[in-house]
Amino acid sequence: MSRTPLDTVEHAAATPDVELPWAELGLKKDEYERVVEILGRRPTGAELAMYSVMWSEHCSYKSSKVHLRQFGEKAPRSDALLVGIGENAGVVDVGQGYAVTFKVESHNHPSYVEPYQGAATGVGGIVRDIIAMGARPVAVVDPLRFGAADHPDTKRVLPGVVAGIGGYGNCLGLPNIGGEVVFDACYQGNPLVNAGAIGVMRHEDIHLAKASGAGNKVILYGARTGGDGIGGASILASETFDDAKPSKRPAVQVGDPFQEKLLIECTLEAFKEKLVVGIQDLGAAGLSCATSELASNGSGGMRVTLDDVPLRDSTLSPEEILMSESQERMCAVVEPEKVDRFLEICDKWDVIATVIGEVTDGDRLEIFWHGGKIVDVDPRTVAHEGPTYERPYARPSWQDGLQADDANKLPRPATGEELRDQVLKLVSSPNQASKKWITSQYDHFVQGNTVLAQPEDSGMIRIDEETGLGVAIATDGNGRYAKLDPYTGAQLALAEAYRNVATTGARPLAISDCLNFGSPEDPAVMWQFAEAVRGLADGCLQLGTPVTGGNVSLYNQTGEAAIHPTPVVAVLGVIDDVARRTPVAFQEEGQLLYLLGDTREEFGGSAWSQVVHDHLGGLPPKVDLERERLLAEILISASRDGMIDSAHDLSDGGLVQAVVESALLGRKGARLVVPDGLDAFTFLFSESAGRAVVAVPRSEEVRFNDMCGARGLPATRIGVVDGDSVEVQGAFALPLTELSEAHEATIPALLA
Amino acid sequence: MARVVVDVMLKPEILDPQGQAVQRALPRLGFEGISDVRQGKRFELEVDGPVDEAVLARIHDLAESFLANTVIEDFIVKVEEGAEVAEAAK
Repeated sequence: MSRTPLDTVEHAAATPDVELPWAELGLKKDEYERVVEILGRRPTGAELAMYSVMWSEHCSYKSSKVHLRQFGEKAPRSDALLVGIGENAGVVDVGQGYAVTFKVESHNHPSYVEPYQGAATGVGGIVRDIIAMGARPVAVVDPLRFGAADHPDTKRVLPGVVAGIGGYGNCLGLPNIGGEVVFDACYQGNPLVNAGAIGVMRHEDIHLAKASGAGNKVILYGARTGGDGIGGASILASETFDDAKPSKRPAVQVGDPFQEKLLIECTLEAFKEKLVVGIQDLGAAGLSCATSELASNGSGGMRVTLDDVPLRDSTLSPEEILMSESQERMCAVVEPEKVDRFLEICDKWDVIATVIGEVTDGDRLEIFWHGGKIVDVDPRTVAHEGPTYERPYARPSWQDGLQADDANKLPRPATGEELRDQVLKLVSSPNQASKKWITSQYDHFVQGNTVLAQPEDSGMIRIDEETGLGVAIATDGNGRYAKLDPYTGAQLALAEAYRNVATTGARPLAISDCLNFGSPEDPAVMWQFAEAVRGLADGCLQLGTPVTGGNVSLYNQTGEAAIHPTPVVAVLGVIDDVARRTPVAFQEEGQLLYLLGDTREEFGGSAWSQVVHDHLGGLPPKVDLERERLLAEILISASRDGMIDSAHDLSDGGLVQAVVESALLGRKGARLVVPDGLDAFTFLFSESAGRAVVAVPRSEEVRFNDMCGARGLPATRIGVVDGDSVEVQGAFALPLTELSEAHEATIPALLA
Repeated sequence: MARVVVDVMLKPEILDPQGQAVQRALPRLGFEGISDVRQGKRFELEVDGPVDEAVLARIHDLAESFLANTVIEDFIVKVEEGAEVAEAAK
């Protein structure tokens, strides 16, 4: 095999005319010119590899950054926020000396290519973000979106994704406590696999990703580095530098959850002994990202010897080593006198650990290979000062037409018989049907601290056995609403997740978001994105829940067709005593059912319009965040003071969906009366926001009514928990047996 | 009757946690000198009638679409020469 001379910094300076494959690596001409300008010479192959991957949309947020700034500018004052946007994950104070870190990220594209490994490594990546903050991971959640439920490719993608999430999470011993599964033809070819994780630590254990202190050692530990996930770098390696090499590197990373488990324990033990100055997990962009971010967040200087990186494949080029996305690796900065102890701990856990470099007192990131210097850059220019685009955006011309196609004008069921049929159709539709077949593949209860899991409104984990302190998390997003109006749609996602947390009795504290959109180069998509971010930032300011971090996934589109704009919001809440939680299931016959909030004729983007009419048009439900806040306060107080025994938030599918779910879970029926001023159809199917249905014990009725009255929240008595059917007086009755068959048979029939 | 064997292996650059686990166990059990282990799957297909080009092509399709996940795995199809089909297994 012939070897071309090593492309060192000196070599690059001496050969300014060498053509580099910057376009193949995804850089634009002006971006490449900027690199040349920054360096004052052409980049070496290794430098080009680093810049190209760090300046990619995924790592640099170059299209989204200008909009995401609003999350900082409009951030509400919150005493609970300990670490905000910009670190591996945000950290929130939940009281009693505990801090909780949480984050949602996307792993959409890899999961389409290889569903099992894509989804599995998505879980692995988000869990490492949590460890990197110093926390012990305690739970994961997975908001998922697939193409049409009956499409053959859904049958390929969904089982693989679900098995991958289950396989990785179950092996790590982490309960999966929440998430969503949504089907819509717009996600055909672009499934959304978002993964969230929560971790718990004491305040004093928070760790940050920075390398400071000259002389401190940089230690790479975890799995060996292989050819995983190398995209563009292989082009660089094979076409430019050494044509004889095998050039086809796969983009697929394979995860090893048992290695990750060792990584968790090893890292936490090192934290416990205070051996770590700074830490960073290796995810997208691998070592390029870890070294440049650690260095630029610290004093700036770092020297790394790439020959010391343990390899799985000895033929890897330095560019490939820098780009590799091999899973289950982390990078720590450790003071010299603590290195031996750090390595000892790694050895105890059977984790390979190697000193690959050290922090220097300069401000350059220098990387060496076979004795030659192949990288000499200011790490800030790689990690933080990438390109920023003010992409043009414009309200699409079709938006008005879409909004004018009013769902409120669709033909409505007229008779009791028609209502009954449409209720059955709704609760058995793939989006509204029970997801038990999917969620039962995940372990919900491992570790023994799970208080609530699917299909509850939010997942809840106990974090202190003595006091009962716990945290709740809910993830929500409705692409149909966001398509009709991205600003409102994003606020509805926030409002629903916020409401879901409060419904279980927890107080919402902060959010993380995963923003899934089409191509930013399409002004219509960029408008959707800008509107959604503006809506979310305004909403968070009003609700007092800061954005702690998250992720943006763009280019979710096939050809011209983008997915529905899909902002997914995760809200984290705290509950002083998990024993006071409120479940969804009806608890006792005879309890009174109250509908909280106002019901209007709002059917735009509704489940009813989709299931019965296959229609998407009109305006989404109105948002009133002050009302959401009031509703949440009532739900939390009622839970704390024992005034309600069950509660369920009203969202897609409306009241009837919520009542059917509570009835089926509690195996108790309900008799409902249509309240004055509403028709049966609107009562059952409207998706007005800011509502919940609660079951009040008769002994608490007066107290509960007084509280709602005093605080000005409309509370309407709509029926009673009773019998073994769901009955709407004067319209129809549906036996629970029939409902449960309709609700539970759909997903297994499609996928099993 | 003839036997066609399909060997499925993870592509060389794909991480093989099982193979690594085996390799790590070897020195503990006193087996030195093995620098790497990769683990794969072997399918033995008993074919009715003679194995001609058309049959091999069909088996190739079958292996590509079902036995191997070609996103992460390679496979080889080969006819087992002079293989005795185990009568008892029928």
